[in-house]
Amino acid sequence: MTKDPVTREELHEEQPPQAAVPEQEPRGAARARVLLRQVLLPASAIVLSLVVGAVIMIASSPLVRGDIDLSLPLTAYWALLNGSLGSFNAIVSTLVQATPLILAGLAVGIGFKAGLFNIGAQGQFLMGALAAATMGVATADLPPLIAIPVALAAGMAAGLAYGFIPGFLKAYTGAHEVVTTIMLNYVAIQLVAYVISGPLRGANVTFARTEAITSAALPVIAGRDGHIGLLFAAVAVPIMAWMLFRSTLGFEIRTVGANPDAARYAGMHPRLLIILALSLGGLLAGLAGATEILGQVRHMPAAYATAVGFDAIAVALLGRAHPVGILFAGLLFGAMRAGAGLMQIQAGIPVQMVNVLQAVILFFLAADLIVRAIFRLRAAGVGVDEMQTITRSYGEQTAK
Amino acid sequence: MEVVYDIPLIGWLIQFVVYVIEVMPIIAPTIIGAATPIALGALCGFMNERSGVVNIGIEGMMLTAAFVAWWTASLTAQLLPGGEPWLFGMTPALLIGLVAALVAAMLVSLVHAWLSITVRADQIISGTIINIFAVGITGYLNLLVSRSAPPSAGQFTRWNPPEVLADIPVIGWLLDALLSQGPIGLGLLVAVIVMQVMLFRSRWGLRTRAVGEHPEAAETVGIDVVALRYRNVILGGVFAGLAGAYLTIEFGNSFQGEMTNGRGFIALAALIFGRWTPLGAFGAAILFTASEGIQRAVRFGPPEGALGDFLASVPPQFYSAVPYLVTIIILAGVVGRSLAPAAVGKPYTREKRERRRPEEPAEPATAATEG
Repeated sequence: MTKDPVTREELHEEQPPQAAVPEQEPRGAARARVLLRQVLLPASAIVLSLVVGAVIMIASSPLVRGDIDLSLPLTAYWALLNGSLGSFNAIVSTLVQATPLILAGLAVGIGFKAGLFNIGAQGQFLMGALAAATMGVATADLPPLIAIPVALAAGMAAGLAYGFIPGFLKAYTGAHEVVTTIMLNYVAIQLVAYVISGPLRGANVTFARTEAITSAALPVIAGRDGHIGLLFAAVAVPIMAWMLFRSTLGFEIRTVGANPDAARYAGMHPRLLIILALSLGGLLAGLAGATEILGQVRHMPAAYATAVGFDAIAVALLGRAHPVGILFAGLLFGAMRAGAGLMQIQAGIPVQMVNVLQAVILFFLAADLIVRAIFRLRAAGVGVDEMQTITRSYGEQTAK
Repeated sequence: MEVVYDIPLIGWLIQFVVYVIEVMPIIAPTIIGAATPIALGALCGFMNERSGVVNIGIEGMMLTAAFVAWWTASLTAQLLPGGEPWLFGMTPALLIGLVAALVAAMLVSLVHAWLSITVRADQIISGTIINIFAVGITGYLNLLVSRSAPPSAGQFTRWNPPEVLADIPVIGWLLDALLSQGPIGLGLLVAVIVMQVMLFRSRWGLRTRAVGEHPEAAETVGIDVVALRYRNVILGGVFAGLAGAYLTIEFGNSFQGEMTNGRGFIALAALIFGRWTPLGAFGAAILFTASEGIQRAVRFGPPEGALGDFLASVPPQFYSAVPYLVTIIILAGVVGRSLAPAAVGKPYTREKRERRRPEEPAEPATAATEG
């Protein structure tokens, strides 16, 4: 070791500000090589997770089949593949599952870019869903052309407001966003339970839920349930990519994420940018919730069981917080969710296996030294380990 | 008294306090029963965070332990049927289930320790991985295991404190409620006191606080930061294991998917609210569950007059949300700031000798530990 490479930790210490400006995009061949490395690591993690999943399935096959069955993983993965890509409807179903994951994944991802860990996508998702359901029920008598935009806007506004709270608290009181967003997630669950079982409860329903959403329901454009909301994710990804990497705002957000002190010296406003990043994330997660309610569920139950906001964290991590990476990670997890049902029916493997696979993928991404050792990958270039230490501290003081 | 209650606001407040004091002896056992797993989870977080490791995976550790305790006890009960229940209704099956839960939670803690100390991965990500994995694997195995409807191994029984204790004036009911518990509940009381004393009065406590506040300084006086962090995180797993086992073999006797239901996160809140001390976290856990206890009391016997109407009209979900809202307010520093250990969440890198700047004098103590 002749010369110490500048590690990320050092960037956060008292370094001259210019050291922390986000790295220039490499050009040509160098760029292709970096891209390859960035793709190889997640791909290897996915392969390894399938291996671990297979081992778990074989180990538990006495419980599934009554005897050790070495072919069980093949049966299960084949069903998973068939259920997610095997037919036109299966592919549409994958897209439908992927849409909220991509939108909420972008919400978590923009937080990462700003150096913030937004665990609150779940709460923002729920608030977006609740607001969209409220407006969706209220606009039942209006034409869809008015009802749909109103309900969607309500969902986005609610998500934005719910993202603003942790942003504001982080910027002005130093309250760590990880803890405040976790708490807000649970507040959201209680709020949903209260509103749906109280004021918004439908008239002729057996269990607590709203009336069916009619006019504001998103029209189906493909297959059995391919609603128009699929386009939202398709549009949001390029917009976010442009915003993050081609606009001044994105540059400022990334700079704050890399080094808040440098950002301040350069005349940016870390406080505003923190609030903006979390609010914008809230808007996206709120849109995800609204899309899910208006396009998929079409009513809202009081005990709305969803894990989209939590899965979105996994999506954002797998996608390395890059919008395009999040698109692919969302599609992968969407495919898993879409195929899990068939896997349970055909192979007898409970759908929770999907959670196990997701956790194992994340494990191998976090412990990438294992993956590199197994696949003999070279250490990833700068920029790949951008998310090594997002959580610098809980007790971190107010941004200046 | 009625006259006092008619004063606007303050009258209500007084009536509310009187009401809470009146119903407390009745709802105290419920509150303590609900607070036990939260306080145990908070102790797990305490062990982690005091030594500088963030743990948001308490929820997952508890869930894993809950499942392992229930499943192991059930399997053992099928293999070793019978057995005369001993103190606390203890059977070999329950005991083996408890031990298995502790081992499982310690193994999960080991993974957390490895990821956050050795690999230096982001500690929040490590916790997230644990939570997702726990939901997945326990849900997966539970569905498979439940197909054959395994018998429950039963649960620990409560201790019956002597009548004399309950008859002590003023605090008798409190002692009775605190001590009428099973082995894990009683163990918590001991653990809280022991850990509180250890933190501020023992060598281990001093070292742990040093490692959590300023690991570099701790290293220079010869404390092995990495080893101490490993030990504390893994020992923290014991508390998460107890919390999980409490749910399936003491408080109840069955397992349902995702049954921890956010308790691990409330535990985190209790830890913050209790300012990272065992006694504080225990008090916070009691306070948090008291909100639910009061809600129940209001439902069954609301206070008289306008206050009763008001309390009954507050939606039950509000009482459930109170702990979370209070934590946010505390964290925002509105009512007394709660500060985390300074080094929490920061992976520790031992300073390399070559990297030391020339103007810094070499520390003999560091040289001694590194050599």
